Amino acid sequence: MKWFLDHLDEVGSLLVTHAVLAVIPLVIGLMLAIPLGWLARRYRGLRTPLVAGTGLLYTIPSLALFILMPLVLGAGILNPLNVVVALTIYTVALLVRTVADGLAAVPDEVTQAATAMGIGRVRRFFTVDLPLAVPVIAAGLRVAAVSNVSIVSVAALLGIEQLGSLFTDGFARNFLDPIIVGILACMVLAVALDLAIHWLTRVLTPWQRAGRAA
Amino acid sequence: MNLLWEWLADPAHWQGADGIPVRTLEHLLYSAITLVLAAVVAVPLGLWIGHTGKGRVLVVNLVNGMRSVPTLGLLFVAVLVAGPLLAGNIAFLVPAIFVLVILAIPPILAGAYAGVESVDPSARDAARGMGMSPRQLLFDVEIPCALPLLFSGLRSAALQVVATATIAASVSVGGLGRFLIDGQAYRDYGQMAGGALLVALLAVLVDLVFAGVQRLVVSPGLSAPRATGRCRRSIRRLIPST
Repeated sequence: MKWFLDHLDEVGSLLVTHAVLAVIPLVIGLMLAIPLGWLARRYRGLRTPLVAGTGLLYTIPSLALFILMPLVLGAGILNPLNVVVALTIYTVALLVRTVADGLAAVPDEVTQAATAMGIGRVRRFFTVDLPLAVPVIAAGLRVAAVSNVSIVSVAALLGIEQLGSLFTDGFARNFLDPIIVGILACMVLAVALDLAIHWLTRVLTPWQRAGRAA
Repeated sequence: MNLLWEWLADPAHWQGADGIPVRTLEHLLYSAITLVLAAVVAVPLGLWIGHTGKGRVLVVNLVNGMRSVPTLGLLFVAVLVAGPLLAGNIAFLVPAIFVLVILAIPPILAGAYAGVESVDPSARDAARGMGMSPRQLLFDVEIPCALPLLFSGLRSAALQVVATATIAASVSVGGLGRFLIDGQAYRDYGQMAGGALLVALLAVLVDLVFAGVQRLVVSPGLSAPRATGRCRRSIRRLIPST
């Protein structure tokens, strides 16, 4: 506890870096997964290669992916860009399937009604299909958010600064306090992201609450 | 890129106690020990929870909660706390395996539990109606029906264990992670990238093996894509056709 109070600023700035490294891939990954998930849903034949292909990338252990990234990106091993791209890959891998499932769960009557009302395909996707798929996508996004927070900390083994640096520092000095503080800070961040997505889902799907209140 | 191929092509890296074959075997050995230990704990517990319906909330929260615990931190805490109590090489290995087991339990538990819970209630009723004892119901109906989800739980646990065993090299145990960690220490990118490539291949291979086993073990009546009402066919098979 004393260690934490003495190093409040340091922990705070590591927490911010950690949050940035975890959230950017989440946003980019979601934006990539939506069109890919749509393709997987729209064209049956593409589903297996898309889901299996991204699933294969997901099996690569995080530390290995962080190390292999410079070969693809050409950036130095200490560049946080490697972490961002690697985590984006994991996020896309998790979400492509979720987006496809979410879109598939939209009731046929609803899409037919929208078409009958003269809503074009593009507009229907953004105003009908996608909003109705939000709860399913959000569930996948919460899993991705929480696991991103944990995976970012592994990058400390390569010397990329974030909350994981508290683990490596503490371990090198045989000192538990920073490690415990780091674990708790990671968990707090994971819970905060989880709640944020939960709240965002509620805001985006007002009809779910309206149904319950009536 | 060249550094990577040079490192992999060097015959010296393919022999001896710190060569690629030995490190791969170590990695597989740690992973296998972990999976067996975790399965011994989690499979019966998961089946029991699914069978009785007790402790369901616990499983869901455990699985979600464990996901938010950073693996690396847990590993370091375990080694710093348990290390001084043990002597020699096992001072690192035992806590590392312990953490791996802790991480492997939730997915296996969830798979076993969800597998039993997903059994069609009418299949369960039919089995009871045929006069099956609770024991027969569990072993002849619920477990066979639970196999697909049970195996997908084992598969995701295996993946997690192979990945985390790599990170465990940072607490001085063997396995392929050694190349990644030692390469980093010696500023030898060829070794790091070579090791990383091997780890990635191993993980993909393990996943494929599990996918294959899953296909072999699971009853064809269950894996048929359009089977409505799970387990209907395996129930039918229990009834002697006259």
